[in-house]
Amino acid sequence: MAITDDVLVIGGGLAACTAALAAAETGARVRLLAHKKSTLRQASGLIDVLGYSGSDGPFANPFENIDSLPANHPYHVTGKDGIRDGLRIFDEAVGTAYQGGHTDTNALVLTYGGTVKPTARYPESVAPGLASASGDMLLVGFDSITDFDAPVAAQHLDAAGVPFSARGITIPFPEKFRADAKVTRFAKALDRNESVSGGTVRSALADAVAEELDGEARVGFPAMLGDDHDEEVRDELAERLGVPVFEVPTGPPSLPGLKLEDRLFDALDDAGVHISSGNPAVDYEAEDGRIETVLVDQKSRLTPYEADQIVLATGGLVGKGIGSDRESVTEPVFGCRIPYPEDRYRWSESEAFGDHAFARFGVVPDDELRPTDEDGEPHFENLRAAGGVVGGAHVAHEKSASGVSLATGAVAGRLAGEEAQQ
Amino acid sequence: MSDAESPTKPTLTPAAQTEDFEPVEVFPETTEMDLRPGSDNCYKCTACDVSCPVAEVDDKFPGPKFQGPEQWRLKRKEDTSVDSSIMSCSNCMRCDDACPSGVPLSQMHNTARGEYVETEMDKLSREYIRNRILSNYGTLAWFGSKVPRLTNAVMGNSLVQQINEKVLGITSERDFPEFATQTFREWWEERGGAATSKERAQEARAERGGPQVRSEDKRVAYFHGCYSNYNTPEVGKAMVRVFESFGYEVVVPKQRCSGTPMFANGMLDDARRAAGINVENFSGLLNEGYDVIASCTSCSMSLRQEYPELFDIDGIEDVSEHTYEALEYLRIHEDLEGAIAEASVSDQAFAYHAPCHGRNQGLDRQAVELFRELDGVTIEDVGDSCSGISGTYGWKSEKYDVSMQIGADMFDHMEHAEGDVGMTECPTCSMQMAHGSGYEIRHPLQLLEEALV
Repeated sequence: MAITDDVLVIGGGLAACTAALAAAETGARVRLLAHKKSTLRQASGLIDVLGYSGSDGPFANPFENIDSLPANHPYHVTGKDGIRDGLRIFDEAVGTAYQGGHTDTNALVLTYGGTVKPTARYPESVAPGLASASGDMLLVGFDSITDFDAPVAAQHLDAAGVPFSARGITIPFPEKFRADAKVTRFAKALDRNESVSGGTVRSALADAVAEELDGEARVGFPAMLGDDHDEEVRDELAERLGVPVFEVPTGPPSLPGLKLEDRLFDALDDAGVHISSGNPAVDYEAEDGRIETVLVDQKSRLTPYEADQIVLATGGLVGKGIGSDRESVTEPVFGCRIPYPEDRYRWSESEAFGDHAFARFGVVPDDELRPTDEDGEPHFENLRAAGGVVGGAHVAHEKSASGVSLATGAVAGRLAGEEAQQ
Repeated sequence: MSDAESPTKPTLTPAAQTEDFEPVEVFPETTEMDLRPGSDNCYKCTACDVSCPVAEVDDKFPGPKFQGPEQWRLKRKEDTSVDSSIMSCSNCMRCDDACPSGVPLSQMHNTARGEYVETEMDKLSREYIRNRILSNYGTLAWFGSKVPRLTNAVMGNSLVQQINEKVLGITSERDFPEFATQTFREWWEERGGAATSKERAQEARAERGGPQVRSEDKRVAYFHGCYSNYNTPEVGKAMVRVFESFGYEVVVPKQRCSGTPMFANGMLDDARRAAGINVENFSGLLNEGYDVIASCTSCSMSLRQEYPELFDIDGIEDVSEHTYEALEYLRIHEDLEGAIAEASVSDQAFAYHAPCHGRNQGLDRQAVELFRELDGVTIEDVGDSCSGISGTYGWKSEKYDVSMQIGADMFDHMEHAEGDVGMTECPTCSMQMAHGSGYEIRHPLQLLEEALV
């Protein structure tokens, strides 16, 4: 015996969660096999679909610009229906915690660098800070959270020509922590509304900001306004200040990412998806072109997991779903083909933001998202791929990382679920 | 059995197999472990610090990133000693699971803690003596269990607890765990040991019918650890009866403490001695078809991960590769789900807590996923926080408050859970759960016994 399911999804990020939910919708028995803590905690928590293509963009509507993408882009495999299905699964999983589902049009969300990012879905805590909304803006940074420099971010916004004025200030946080305290420590202090001289953390913070407020219609903070009681924290600050407050998503470890991880894993639980996490899939056994067993390195010993259908959603170069050394680029679990220029110096461009070949590295999917070999034939009839491990998209440039994960996850998961029950 | 069921380790260095491969020795041979690659892999994302339960409640604790890769690098300077804050790490090992870059954080912490205790700690200090006593709980328990009723009376005496607090720095807030009047090993011997187990397994195999299985394929060696021997023999008995009912012949080799409390207190010499005895007593059985089964997730963690990481002992890797947690083994080798689907028990509801060391072996969901399919059972996970006790940690007077703050989330979730019986695999988590909630706490094997035997 091995641990046996209909569909085995390998990965723990957005694509894997989406694939597992899509497969579970078909009625299949699904297991998510995740290695470490989900990489969602390193992510901004924003759900982008498509903002740029080559030199075009930013796009107001991602769906109207799919055709401008290169021929081997995964969106051409999933189609617009796949993207919509991915967004539907996401919207159902996160409920009212996210906004943006009322329209196809991109929202322009403020980043911690003071740029704006075209985004399809965003946490509700971010909503009052949209660049498309009107109202002058005060950005508040803290001298102890060095990731977010509010004056610089405000200047960037001004320089970008947003239709409102933005001003940034840096103030001390009302409670003093060790120099390298994490955003989670600030969030907990606000959650618990800890006592400080002159009141509580929330009231003292509101007082300090109120003193600086000069007629601005909204106030933005780095994303640390509470964890378990975030809505309560935002409401209290807004009430004391008399204007809406919002969060600006920050770098890792990111609270919006951590919260998204919790929501998606709760949704997996509700859908009855089994979850095994903590150990990596490292190898497999196949017979007649079908994967029979996936082998998981469970602390020095291999544990067999069996499933009728497999979805590979292990991520890209950063997530380690794609490996590389000086000689080659590989997909480490199943050895699927990843095309790359033989000359290593053609893997990247000299400009930091150039059109790097490595950004598009990944497996080559057929029309069912199965990774293919040199002849265009699927490596295995029951293996599909989703998310960052799929090649062809330059997600950082296109602002399409989440959309590609949702669309490929939805399609690969649904096909796997349906196939498993044939 | 197909190859899938008894997989072998893949060869990760194919070049080493070709005949013309000649390894070149670049670095002089050393017995010191090289933690440099681990340190270099850290890219300072602080995912570990965010996962650290101690750092979350103790503002003075610098967190796993400092304790691991940063301290290792600072230590390259010869006049730098290990910082005393390493003793505030509870060895929950959650940082291992959080790191996206494969930094062996707990290994670095264990090594640093060992060095700190060896070179910085006064061997006559109250802290050292207290830690030595706590980390050698097995020895203490051996004496205590000789006269269990007397020991229970003495340890439950509030005057004795005050003396423990004042003299040794062991908190008087907690009730000392009671010793069973008959240890697991005494029960095992009285029952007829391995010979009886063989008979019962044969009977079960005959009853189960199906293809004849050679007994070599159904043999397990039980690592009961200290707690289920001295304090909760009912867990050990459940393990034996459940495995026998699936046709497994059980043996119970002589054994010492797994070493977990010794690692956590930097007593690496004590841990090495215990590991040596355990490896010697279990490794010989592997050739005869035995796998090693533990019912405590910290014991299985220790044998699987910490032993090969920290010690170089003959056969240690073999033992590590053949060690399983009890439910995990049955999930892999038997149709446990099928058996549970056909069983039923009287109505009962559980508040389940996954121990950190189980979580790190990928076992945090198995009890809930299995038992929610068991007729009569309602089971709910009380959240992914650490229980806070971390073995001997929460027994120390100066750590007690931190330990209870870490556990606050779990207590809260237990209170709101439907069940008023707790469940966990870890003995000290169960002490903490009982201490914070007043609930009775059971082990998954006990429920499995009730359902299947």
